[in-house]
This record gives sequence, C-alpha cells and structure tokens, in this order.
Amino acid sequence: MIPASFDYVEAASAEAAIAALTEHGDEAKLMAGGHSLIPLMRFRLATPAVVVDISRLSGLSYVRDGGDHLAIGALTRHCDVETSDMVRSQAGLLAHVAGQVGDPQVRHRGTIGGSLAHGDPASDLPAALLALGGSVVARGPGGERVIPAAELFTGFLETALAPDELLTEVRVPKVPDARWSFQKFNRRAQDWAIVGVAACGNGAGTGVALINMGQTPMVAAAVQSALASGASAADAAARAAEGTEPPDDLNGDAEYRTHLAQVLVGRALAEMA
Amino acid sequence: MQVDMTVNGQDRSADVEARTLLVYYLRDAVGLTGTNVGCDTSSCGACTVLLNGESVKSCTILAAQVRGADVTTIEGLADGTALHPMQQAFMECHGLQCGYCTPGMVLAATSLLADNPRPTEAEVREGLEGNLCRCTGYHNIVKAVLHTAEHDAAFWQARASKSGVTA
Repeated sequence: MIPASFDYVEAASAEAAIAALTEHGDEAKLMAGGHSLIPLMRFRLATPAVVVDISRLSGLSYVRDGGDHLAIGALTRHCDVETSDMVRSQAGLLAHVAGQVGDPQVRHRGTIGGSLAHGDPASDLPAALLALGGSVVARGPGGERVIPAAELFTGFLETALAPDELLTEVRVPKVPDARWSFQKFNRRAQDWAIVGVAACGNGAGTGVALINMGQTPMVAAAVQSALASGASAADAAARAAEGTEPPDDLNGDAEYRTHLAQVLVGRALAEMA
Repeated sequence: MQVDMTVNGQDRSADVEARTLLVYYLRDAVGLTGTNVGCDTSSCGACTVLLNGESVKSCTILAAQVRGADVTTIEGLADGTALHPMQQAFMECHGLQCGYCTPGMVLAATSLLADNPRPTEAEVREGLEGNLCRCTGYHNIVKAVLHTAEHDAAFWQARASKSGVTA
C-alpha cells in the first residue's frame, strides 16, 4: 500500500503549477491536501508519473467578500471554511458541510478545491456547491474561466477541468437569510454518506442536490422543478430519485438508496419549512 | 530527495523517495516508532501526529509536502519523565487497553482541547470520530479527555489562546 514512484514537482506559484501541467499533460496530477489523491495512489488506482504539489501556495487560501458572492481560495482547508465567520454568516450550508467532511484530522489537511476537483459523487462538498448554485474559477495557460457548479461534474471522478487547468477559486452566492439543511445518512461517524442531501432556499428558489445517487454529484432536478411549480414538500420529496442512477454496493442497493433519497429530501424540506 | 523537518523540537533530515509517507518517514527514517500504522487508509487514526500543532493522519501526507514543518509525535509530549497532562489523564482514567490506538488518541485529543478547551462529552466523542479503538474502550478515553479538560484547565486554556493567535 505504498504509492507507485513518481516525480515530485513543488509548484512555487499557480503559474508554475499550470506550466507543469502544460508540460506533462495527463501524466501529471495536482496534489493539494492529498486526502483524495493519496488514498487512490496507495491503492494504485492512480499512478501519476508526476505529482505537482500545490499545497504550499498560501495565496490560494482565503475567504473574501466578492460583492454578491463569497470568493474562497481553492486551497482553503475544510477546517478554515467550517470556522470562517464570513462563510458561517453568508453561506451557512457550506460552513456546516465543510464541518461534516471526514473527521478533524481530514479537515486539517483537505481543501475545498481539492474535494471539488476530485468530483466524487459520494463527497459532501460538491452537493453543497450545487445546492447553493455556486461556481468555480479555472485558470489555464490561456487565462481564467468560470465554470458553474451545474456544469462541473461530467462523469465518475471526472470534471470539466482541462488537464492543464488549475481550480483557483470557489464562488458561492451570499445567502445570509436562507433556510438550509444537510442530511448525511451513514452507519459510522466518519463514513461517506450512503445517501446525502444538501438543500438551500433563497429568494430565487430552492436548490437541492444529492450525494451518492449516481456517477456524479447531482442536482435533484425533479424536486427543484416540483417545488418551483408549487408542489408540497411531500410531493416534491417523492420525486427525489427521478433521473438518478443510484449504485448498488455493500451499504445498500439501488432500491434502498431510492428510498433514502426520498426520505432525506423530505427531512431536508421539513427542516427548512 | 532530501526532506528536512523538525520532529519533537529536533531538526531531522533524511534522503527519502518522493513517495515516502510521513508515517514511514517518522518510523523508518527518524526511528520514532510510537506512531502506529493501522488501517493505512486514513480511516483509523492510529498514525495521528500533530503538524504545526494540529492533528493530521500521517499515513495520508507525503513527507515531501511538509518539509520545514514542526511535527510532534507521541514521543514528544512528555517532559522528561513527567507525563503530559493528556497522557496522565489516560493513565488515571484507564483510557487504554491494548494501547495500539493510544498514541493517535492522545494526540487527536490534544489537538481537540487546543481548539476547544472545555468541550462537552458529545463534543469529545465527535472530536475523536477520526480515531478507532478496536478494544472499544471509548468510554474511558472520553472520560480521560473530560478529566484533563477540567483538572488541567489552566494548561489547556493557555494552549488554546496560543493557538488562537497563530491561527
């Protein structure tokens, strides 16, 4: 359970990281806190020839007021998102969810950008970003672009980030008065969610996203449209699994996950009422 | 590659492969075997050490990533023969059985009290969720943490205000 050998490159700046990615292409992987990548490397599910270490780019660890949104540096650790007064007051869902990732040790190393770029459908933070209707900033050799959360997750552990792009910032709308709920169903404290739900309401509507209900983190589109057209919470929750492809594994089969999604969306909407 | 760091207050340097994980750097290159390898997959917490004062799982960090950092292992807690308050509390409250999880538990608990010097029982249980005890001796571990939080309050308060300044 030792990672395969690789060449280690420490990036001194975001530009240097992008240059290293440009040079090595998909042979290279960026490593921030490493809490998604190192386990994959230990199981030899990932065997990058080059690891570009960005964990010390302290300039990418921040929480800033961006006017109508919060701007969070990609290398901001979960524990710093969790305890940030600004995130707590302006996007309470995100602070809460950051505090539910893994355990304290994981939250002392793992980063928000790393978790989102990993794109794991079982992870908590992608669902929070989807429910909030946030976005990420990707920087590549040609400059920056903004990728809405709804377009970020493209396949199992795959994202819209190009091989030579670095996720530099996470943006979430400021929703200081929003009602929100996070439901994480698991058997043991630090496990991934068997199914999870992140939901956040605001003037524009209610965002609802699902954890571990398919190949990607996903929006519960049927629930959102039901709520938008005035359906009751119970009727909306009944549609939680529409358009999903829940996996079968040791923790539960697709039928069980379908049931959990309906129950958990129901609980989330009840908590927000 | 050459990897330098401070371990328990002493400068250490070793020539290791880039893929060397912090736990193996500490055990094999530095020779401090108090940090245990348990699950090897960042689940069990047996390998917990303090990195710049905060608990981390040393099986999921490359040694190369923490060059120059200040690492504390279980060997670095006691002051000579005087046990650290957390170690003393584990002894007094019988917070260990086989002892395998103990170094990680003690360090995770130390980090917990540095963040929150007077936790409730529920906060202690939640704060130690990253550490598994296969003897299932959790009750006395939690008791030990609450015991030192109460009996050594001044010590933990001083640590907490210190960590607040550097955070």
